[in-house]
Amino acid sequence: MSLVSIRDVRKSFGELEVLKGVSLEVAKGDVVAIIGRSGSGKSTLLRCINGLETYQAGSILADGIEVGGLHANLRELRRHVGMVFQQFNLFPHLTVAENVMLAQTVVNKTPKKEARDTAAEVLAKVGLSEKMDAWPSQLSGGQQQRVAIARSLAMRPKVLLCDEITSALDPELVNEVLRVVEQLAKEGMTLILVTHEMRFARDVGTNLVFMHHGKVHETGAPKEVFAAPKTPELQQFVAGTGH
Amino acid sequence: MLQFSFWDILSNLLIATQWTIVLSLIAFVCGGVVGLILLFMRVSGVTPLEWFTKGYIEFFQGTPLLMQLFLFFFGIALFGVEVSPWMAATLALTFWTSAFLTEIWRGCVDSIPKGQWEASSSLALTYIEQMRYVILPQASRIAVAPTVGFSVQVVKGTALASIIGFVELTKAGTMLNNATFRPFLVYSLVALIYFCLCYPLSWGAKKLEGRLNVAR
Ligand SMILES: Nc1ncnc2c1ncn2[C@@H]1O[C@H](COP(=O)(O)OP(=O)(O)OP(=O)(O)O)[C@@H](O)[C@H]1O
Ligand SMILES: [Mg+2]
Repeated sequence: MSLVSIRDVRKSFGELEVLKGVSLEVAKGDVVAIIGRSGSGKSTLLRCINGLETYQAGSILADGIEVGGLHANLRELRRHVGMVFQQFNLFPHLTVAENVMLAQTVVNKTPKKEARDTAAEVLAKVGLSEKMDAWPSQLSGGQQQRVAIARSLAMRPKVLLCDEITSALDPELVNEVLRVVEQLAKEGMTLILVTHEMRFARDVGTNLVFMHHGKVHETGAPKEVFAAPKTPELQQFVAGTGH
Repeated sequence: MLQFSFWDILSNLLIATQWTIVLSLIAFVCGGVVGLILLFMRVSGVTPLEWFTKGYIEFFQGTPLLMQLFLFFFGIALFGVEVSPWMAATLALTFWTSAFLTEIWRGCVDSIPKGQWEASSSLALTYIEQMRYVILPQASRIAVAPTVGFSVQVVKGTALASIIGFVELTKAGTMLNNATFRPFLVYSLVALIYFCLCYPLSWGAKKLEGRLNVAR
């Protein structure tokens, strides 16, 4: 059974139709890499999955919870669907540990002590044990993004959505973040990532989704799709990215 | 005829100043509480609540405070409820203050990057939790300086309560002037006392603003 099931989703911003009937099934343990040109609707699709955007037609089920509709249980949904953003979005008034503890204590009502233990554990996983009590502003971009990943992991999500999480980083900081994601993939975490890192998509992804003009234009196993793209649009896109 | 010495005038004014301070404090504290509730409504994303607060703010910012005082003083009396000048002044100043504070604070909330809302949403926080743990702690740091700055307006606004007969500093000045016929002396003292109340506030606001700019 699919962990995330997207069926014929349509989404418009006013006149502009951004998602024109997108369907996608994501099973537990999948690492789905979404690629495509700027404006093709990648971020919008990702944001629909955890209810940051609403959609007008179709359906999205994540971990058995219906995302759309007036009575969607977004709180329950978001406890199981984590998201990491391009701009990190750490809470600047909280320390690293407090960033990671906040949702645990506020949403899950986890006792402080236990939440701090979990924070220590997930921060160790992203290689930032010694930064527990630092402020976000004292960290490099790569470190901030790893804290953001840890902050999501602390909620023990079943799926992690990542929207171009290395695009805001200096080139030399990209790898430290990708290594963390790769490690998560190896441990069986279900990931849906929008990315411009084609090599990463090919090597780590289990599924590749090429979005074009608001639709899933081509999809398949990354190695095969990259080796022999079927549609001219993807051929062009792959040629353009230099892979 | 009763003779007033300089010290009589000054001490009478200072006694009345206490009421200016009390009225200012009550208006500011109650206005702050009402303003905070309105702020939650104003940035809630719930259209009817936002419309209501917008209308509320437009009304209290778009009409003279004096007219609002009259409305509370004479208006409520129309319903057969006896309103003291004290009560009317407190209510009018509270609502007036809340409208301005809500608008000041909304600007501060708006200056918090959208990513903070999105990240906290994604972590399953509810709107109230987002405000309490993520948005307001950041917005309040920016809000301190303009809020303190606005308190000067509240202190000066209390002078209008004299017109509906509430005896605060301005009213006491008017009464003393009628008794002594020394308007220049009396009103100079009144102005000086207002200045002594307001200057530390505006000085503090400037200082806070400077400190925040340096911190960036
Ligand atoms: N809040 C919004 N209001 C109006 N239009 C929007 C909004 N968000 C996105 N769009 C538009 O929807 C389209 C798809 O945007 P989206 O961000 O999903 O693209 P993307 O594939 O993620 O692109 P990129 O690679 O640049 O991030 C774009 O044309 C964009 O301008
Ligand atoms: Mg995008």
